[in-house]
Amino acid sequence: MFGFLSSGLFLGWSLGANDASNVFGTAVSSRMIKFRTAAIYCSIFVILGAVISGAGASHTLGKLGAVNAVAGAFIVAFAAAMSVYLMTLARFPVSTSQAIVGAIIGWNMFSGSITDMSSLTKIVSTWIFCPLLSMGISMPLYLLTSVVIRKFSIHMFKLDKLTRWSLLGAGIFGSYSLGANNIANVMGVFVPVANLGTISFLGMTFSAAQQLFFLGGIAIAVGVFTFSKRVMLTVGKGIFDLSPVMAAVVVWSHSIVLFLFSSVALESWLKGHGLPSLPLVPVSSSQAIVGAVIGIGLLKGGKSIRWKTVAGITSGWITTPIIAALISLISLFFLQNVFQQNTFRHVEFNLDNDAMTRIEQAGVDIEQLQPLMWQDFPNAVAFKDAVVGVAQLDKKSLQTVIEAAEIDQFEISANTLKKLKIEFMTPGQTEALKALDGKVFSHRWQFNDALVEQSLEFQSKEKKSAANDHLSSLLMQLYNKFRI
Amino acid sequence: MSILKKEIGVEKQIDEFLDQVARSGLIFSQGAESYLKGDTSDFKRKLEEIKEVEHTGDDLKRSIQLYLYAKTLIPESISDVMQLIEDMDSLLDRFKGALWRMEIENMEIDKEFHQDFLHLIKAVAESVEAIVRSSRAFFKNIDAVRDHLDKVYYWETEADKISTRLQMAIFRKEDLRLSHRMLQRELARHLDKIADRAEDVADRLNIYVIKRSL
Repeated sequence: MFGFLSSGLFLGWSLGANDASNVFGTAVSSRMIKFRTAAIYCSIFVILGAVISGAGASHTLGKLGAVNAVAGAFIVAFAAAMSVYLMTLARFPVSTSQAIVGAIIGWNMFSGSITDMSSLTKIVSTWIFCPLLSMGISMPLYLLTSVVIRKFSIHMFKLDKLTRWSLLGAGIFGSYSLGANNIANVMGVFVPVANLGTISFLGMTFSAAQQLFFLGGIAIAVGVFTFSKRVMLTVGKGIFDLSPVMAAVVVWSHSIVLFLFSSVALESWLKGHGLPSLPLVPVSSSQAIVGAVIGIGLLKGGKSIRWKTVAGITSGWITTPIIAALISLISLFFLQNVFQQNTFRHVEFNLDNDAMTRIEQAGVDIEQLQPLMWQDFPNAVAFKDAVVGVAQLDKKSLQTVIEAAEIDQFEISANTLKKLKIEFMTPGQTEALKALDGKVFSHRWQFNDALVEQSLEFQSKEKKSAANDHLSSLLMQLYNKFRI
Repeated sequence: MSILKKEIGVEKQIDEFLDQVARSGLIFSQGAESYLKGDTSDFKRKLEEIKEVEHTGDDLKRSIQLYLYAKTLIPESISDVMQLIEDMDSLLDRFKGALWRMEIENMEIDKEFHQDFLHLIKAVAESVEAIVRSSRAFFKNIDAVRDHLDKVYYWETEADKISTRLQMAIFRKEDLRLSHRMLQRELARHLDKIADRAEDVADRLNIYVIKRSL
C-alpha cells in the first residue's frame, strides 16, 4: 500500500518544495522572516489545513474521475508529479492542480470511464477565474492598506514590525489554505482506493481520507524543509520588485483566494444566505500570486507587469494537463500490460430489471431504453454511447441511467461479517449489516438502499457535514470488504 | 514583546540623534554670533558644547547602525536609512568644523561684513533645521517630507545668494590684505557648503521617498 502511495508522497514533496515559496517566498527573500520560522509555521499549518479542511476540494476532483484501483491511483499521482517535474525543468510555471486533472483524464481514457464534463468545465473555468479573483482582491486591499498607513502616519519601524506580523499571518493563513485546497491534488486519487479504517486519537476520530491527507501534509512539510529554501529565494526575488507591504497584500490575496476555493463551511454559509458560492476546486497557488501581483502592477500604472509570465500561465492551462494525460496514458499501458498490475477495476453496465425499475422511479421514460435491456457493456463510455444512440435524455436523466446500470456486485456473507472489524459503526449500523446476511446485490445503489432500509443511520444528511464524511468513509470500507 | 520594546528603543535613538543634529545647528548659530561679537568666553563655551553634541551624535549613530544590521530591521530601506544617518552626521561635523575653523584661524572679520555673515549663518542653520524636519517626517509621516524639503531648497538658494554677495564685497573692498580677503572668503564658502550639503541630502531623501511611496 505504502509503495503505491509513494508517488502521491513524491507529488506532495514537490508541492511543498514549489508552492511553499508562494506563501513565504517574498517574506524570506526580503529577510523579513527567517527561513526556519517560515518552514516551521508553513509545515504545521499545511498539515492542519489538509486534515481539517482538505475534503472540500477533493470531492470535485473525485467527481471528475473516480480512480478505482490503487495501481491506477499510483500512476495518476506519478504522472502528475512527473509532469510537474518536467515542466519545472523546462522553466514553465506549473500547477499541480492542472497536472492532476490531466492525469485523471488520462486514466479515464485508459479505463473507459466517463470524464464528467460539467466537473471539468467547472475546474477549467476556475483556473481562469482564480488569478482574476486574486487580482480583484489585491487591488482594493492594497488601496485600503495605503489609506490606513497614510491616515495613521505609522512610523517606519512600527510599519516594519506590522508588516512582519502581517506577512507571518498571511503566510500561516496561506499555508492552511494551501493544505486545504491542494491536498486533493496530492492524495485525492487515493481516497476511494486506500483500504484504511477510521482511527481515533485523543478523543477525535480521523477518517481514511483524513489519514491520507495527514500523510500528504507531512510529505508537503518535508518538501518545505528540504527543498523550498532555494525556490523561495529565487521565486521571491522573481516576482518581487514589490515593497514588503505590497508583498503582504499579495500573500493575503492569494491566501483568501485559496481559502474561498476550499472552505466547505464558507460555501454552506454563502449558500445558506442565498449568496453565490465558489466551487470547491484545487487551484494553483502560483497563479493566485501572479494575479495579485498583476493587480498591484495595474494600480502602479501597469509598467511592472511581466506579460511573459502571464503568457506562460495561459499556456500552462493547456500544456500541463495534456502532458500529464499523455504520461498517465503511457504509464498505465506499461503497468497494465508489462507489469501485469490492475490499474483499474472493470466496471460493466447492464440494464437489468432492477435498474429499469429504479430508472422508472426516477421519472425517466424507460420505453426508449428497451432495446438496450440485458445487454452487457464493458465500460461507461460504451454504455453512454449506446444510451445516447437510442434515447434523447437530459444530462440529469442520463446520469441517473448510468448510475442505475452500473454493475457492482456485493455478497454479505457470514464469513466476511465475522472478520469485519469496524470500530466506528454504531450498534444500529452493525445490526443492520448483520440483517443482510446472505444477501447478494448487483448494484451499489441496491446495497445502499438495503442498508438505509435496515437502519436510518446509513442515510446521509442533506447538508455537507463531518458526519457525512465519516459515513462515506465507512461505506467505502464496506464496499471494499463485500465486493465480489 | 521584547523585540517591540527594542524597536521603540531604536525609534527613540533615531529621534535623539536628529535632536543632536538640530542642536548642533543652534549651537553653531550662537557660537558664530558670539565670535562676530568678540565674546570669546561664550564662543569657547559653544565650542565645548558642540564637541559634546558631536560625541553623543557619534555614539547614537553607531548604536543605531549596529542595531539595524544585527536585527535586519527594515531590510528594504536599511541602506537608505544608513546613508541618511551618515549624511546627517556629516552635517553635524561640518558645523563643528566651522566653529573650529574660527577658533584656529582666529581671523578678524570686518564690521561691514558682519550683517551678511549673520544672514548667511541663519540661512545655513535654517536649511539644516529643515532637513532634520524632513528626516523626521521620512520615518513618521512620509507624505510630509516634500513640504520640508521645499524649505531646504529655499534656504540653500538664500545661502548661495548671500555667500556670492559677501564674497564679492570682500574682494571689492579696498585696503584689505590678500591673505585677509582669502580667509574671509574661505569662511563664507565653508558656511555656504553646509547648506549645499543639506541640499544634497534633500535630493537623496527625495529618492528614498519615491522608493518607499505606497
